[in-house]
Amino acid sequence: MSAQTPYEPKIVAFLCKWCSSAGSDLAGVSRIQYPANATPITVACSGGVSPQFVLSAFHKGADGVLVSGCHIGDCHYMEGNFHARRKLYLVKELLEFTGVEPDRFRMSWVSAAEGAKFAQVVRDFVEDLRPLGPQDKLKAERP
Amino acid sequence: MSSGKRTGVFVCHCGNNIAATVDVVKVAQEMAGEEGVVCTKDYVYMCSDPGQKAVIEAIKENRLDSVVVTCCSPNLHEKTFRDNAKAAGLNSFTCEIANIREQCSWVHKDRGVATAKAIKISRSAVRRVGRNQALEPIAVGVTRRVLVIGGGIAGIQASLDLANAGLDVVLVEKQATLGGHMIQLSETFPTLDCSQCILSPKMVEVSRHPKITLMTYSEVQEVSGYVGNFKARILRKPTFVDPETCKLCDDCSQVCPVVVPNEYELGLTARRAIYIPFAQAMPASYTLDESACLGLNPIVCGKCKDVCEAGAINYDMRPRSEIVEVGAVVVATGFDLYGQDNLGEYGHGKYEDVLDGLQFERLCSASGPTKGKVLRPSDHSEPKDVVFIQCAGSRDPAQHCAWCSKICCMYTAKHASLYKHHVPDGRAWVFYIDIRSGGKGYEEFVQRTMENDEAIYLRGRVSRLYRENGKIRVLGTDTLSGQNVEIDADMVVLALAMQPSTGTAEAAKVLKIGRDKDGFLAEAHPKLKPVESVTAGIFLAGTAQGPKDIPETVAQASAAAAKVIGLLSQPQLSHAPTVARVRKAHCTGCEMCVDACPYDAIHLANGKAVVNDVLCEGCGACSATCLRAAIEVINATPLQMNEMIEAVLNF
Ligand code: FES
Repeated sequence: MSAQTPYEPKIVAFLCKWCSSAGSDLAGVSRIQYPANATPITVACSGGVSPQFVLSAFHKGADGVLVSGCHIGDCHYMEGNFHARRKLYLVKELLEFTGVEPDRFRMSWVSAAEGAKFAQVVRDFVEDLRPLGPQDKLKAERP
Repeated sequence: MSSGKRTGVFVCHCGNNIAATVDVVKVAQEMAGEEGVVCTKDYVYMCSDPGQKAVIEAIKENRLDSVVVTCCSPNLHEKTFRDNAKAAGLNSFTCEIANIREQCSWVHKDRGVATAKAIKISRSAVRRVGRNQALEPIAVGVTRRVLVIGGGIAGIQASLDLANAGLDVVLVEKQATLGGHMIQLSETFPTLDCSQCILSPKMVEVSRHPKITLMTYSEVQEVSGYVGNFKARILRKPTFVDPETCKLCDDCSQVCPVVVPNEYELGLTARRAIYIPFAQAMPASYTLDESACLGLNPIVCGKCKDVCEAGAINYDMRPRSEIVEVGAVVVATGFDLYGQDNLGEYGHGKYEDVLDGLQFERLCSASGPTKGKVLRPSDHSEPKDVVFIQCAGSRDPAQHCAWCSKICCMYTAKHASLYKHHVPDGRAWVFYIDIRSGGKGYEEFVQRTMENDEAIYLRGRVSRLYRENGKIRVLGTDTLSGQNVEIDADMVVLALAMQPSTGTAEAAKVLKIGRDKDGFLAEAHPKLKPVESVTAGIFLAGTAQGPKDIPETVAQASAAAAKVIGLLSQPQLSHAPTVARVRKAHCTGCEMCVDACPYDAIHLANGKAVVNDVLCEGCGACSATCLRAAIEVINATPLQMNEMIEAVLNF
């Protein structure tokens, strides 16, 4: 990164198709602007996001990882986001253990009706990541 | 990497919607450099007819085996482009969409930044499609029989519609008779036609319909299977009376020594242990209530059996289980009133002359305990001042139910009006928060109650009531005049909130369908799928799904029936093939996926996980749980996910 350009955190955003991805679509339809730092990967359900995907993203150079699903209790697959919450909470602990700031990993619950909330989640995450600087603890050298 | 592929990437300008912020030509150029990409194109409207034709041509010309269209949200045109790929001879699952409009061009202004993000999104789709498999929808057979749970107006209407369309129906009702709450009503708003008169003929029709198997006094205990192929176990409780032989002579209940409160009359009268709920009960037969009977034992009592000339009573009947196979289920399990114990502050359950709305219906009903005379339960005198309290339990998130029960404004107006018709010199006082009278002829009805029937409407809440000198003293405020009001009432009627019935809670559990935060059954979409549950093949009707009045219930029941008819009229059903697949060599049979699956779609056979393709919905919970990557969802495998992650990080 050159000295002139400000640091822009790179975020991988796993969005469940039924709620959060639909919510981000609504942000688009409503033309709500937010930073482009987060690149979405749409998944069926937040419960299908393996902790391995999160670590893989850090390994490949992500500065932050977001997993966003339906509101708790509203998962299209009934209980996927419960699984996600329980399992991915452990990722935070693991990150801390490995010396990565746990705040680099975030979960949110954004419904299909919450375009503005989705934009805000991304804005907040980007702002919270800035002071942390680039993540290089888990980042691998390019093969 | 995805070598050996022949992928085409088609970048849409969407007029200026994408092209204004994203350099579409650059996106196309970048994609041309991706491994496996042999053709790229950009076009002003890819979804237009010429756009689609261009895609088809390019597929044929370049002998493509997979396609990425970078355009708007897959919710809009995934199907369009998959159908298009199919038209060009490809498998529709070898087409993926990259959303660079809603998730990119519409939410960013900086062209450089937006273009860079669009490239990442497009590249991730290219990587994904590189490992997509050609799939065919999974075909499953259908059973053309429907299970309807609940024999109130919703279940009755749905059953009749289904049966009249030629489908076999099994209607299961917990009580000894059809009718639900509607049969307890005296008159119905806003037309004041008698509830019995409009419902009884439908009950008769159900019982005589050759396509309907009626199972009263029965409960659904277990449901397994999936859309088109459910299996339900139904518990048939013994009535100890053979309905075919019973002559309805009533001799049995005349001699029965046991007296218990009559549920149908909401405890305003008593019944015997052997009883018929009401004269028009359907099936027309007596039921021996085992829990009240002295012992089903001729040595202990046996009076009813002795007196029954027809020989219809049989103490040896036992509960039976029956299995029925059905293709779809309609849940019409109705509501309960928000229980009297919950509203101690209004003296309900404490003072005899504080009634709930259904009890008041019985007092007004010609077939009720007072033969249609409005009399106080305590001393059978005619009440001259009756206070009706609306929103009793409703719209009170702090202490009771947060929701509006929707029908209480109207039925209170009806009660006030009926009361004045019965007792013209009496006074009807109505406490309300506001009047919600949306519906055809509803507002006019409320106005008539105020103007013609001279009901006195007071906007405000009742703070307290207590018994004094044989009256009930009601203290409240009229917020319009700012005055405190004290009324010495002879009777108080509470418009209790509607809450999901216990049967609704049980049905949700048995069927594994969701409930909303209030406990009503959750519809698949609040606007666009109001009669579908989230589980395919299970439909909702009536107040089990949320408070509604009779016309709305009937409409929803007919809508549910129409949905079932549509579903079961297909010769075969198809199921998305993007299901979980086990990599046998890696599976150790640890069963973690079995526990994680919300659909019970995975079981163990010979120490390895096996997926039932038809039950699997492809959510990926199993895959995210497996420690050995031994189970994965086809076309969303961990390998594909990792490549997508690489793509979005420029790794
Ligand atoms: S589908 Fe959105 S969290 Fe499961």
